[in-house]
Amino acid sequence: MKRLIRHLVVAYATTATIAATTVAAATPQELLASYVQASGQRADAIAGQTFFNVKHGRDWSCATCHTASPLTTGIHATTSKTIAPLAPSADAARFTDAARSEKWFRRNCNDVVGRECTASEKANILAWLIAVK
Amino acid sequence: MDTQRYDIHAARLARLVVKLLIAAANVGVTSSALAESGSRQPPPAKYIEECASCHAPFPAPMLPAASWKAVMSSLDKHFGTDASVDPTTTQALSTWLTDNASRRTTTRPPQDRLTLGADFLRKHREVSSNLWSRPSIRSASNCAACHTNSAHGSFSEHDLRIPK
Repeated sequence: MKRLIRHLVVAYATTATIAATTVAAATPQELLASYVQASGQRADAIAGQTFFNVKHGRDWSCATCHTASPLTTGIHATTSKTIAPLAPSADAARFTDAARSEKWFRRNCNDVVGRECTASEKANILAWLIAVK
Repeated sequence: MDTQRYDIHAARLARLVVKLLIAAANVGVTSSALAESGSRQPPPAKYIEECASCHAPFPAPMLPAASWKAVMSSLDKHFGTDASVDPTTTQALSTWLTDNASRRTTTRPPQDRLTLGADFLRKHREVSSNLWSRPSIRSASNCAACHTNSAHGSFSEHDLRIPK
């Protein structure tokens, strides 16, 4: 019975989180606009592409797992699990959920750069990803 | 008088319905517990979403509870990557994992790596080292290379397909 209650708690937590993230749903363009506004600078897609492809003093670049082309399926450097392409033109679900995008920027910037990315860096990367067709 | 008799019948009927409901609920709980012991219960959607983005949704019974606790309390440093999730989700998933952890062993494998655990090694004892190193497999944690339904938490031998 205790186990059943815990299952219900997990189910409730799952439902509550899904509801919370649905509210924060966005289009890639809306998310880009929010990063641009937060940074106070224009987005620079070329700078975003460079940032994506170079290493930042650590073992991995963004491209290590995502490949240099955001239109291509990536492979996780450790587990070899496939990763869907990042460009919205290749995967329409990309950057349509702000909370989800923020979570992955936080995790992956910590891995690649050793800190969270700034709003300007995120704006640049996203501008490039949206532009790639 | 008639009303009183009707009330007694209604009360008896109500008690019977309650008993039947309790019996049905007990059957449900038992079958659910049985399903879990055979790890046939699909993992929670949140487990798939948070953990199976980078690797297959590893079956909870493949690690002892102490290993799951250690793994879930250090997600920001998770085998070389930041795999942190929000505190509410971490707590809920940690509870689910420890509830469904191994009942065969309490021995923690080196670094709490599931792929170095006794159960994993026993289940994969027929897999040669040559096979592991194939470019199509590469890593013991790349479950999906051979377990074609692992993305949904199913590791049945019926779904096995060894890639070339």
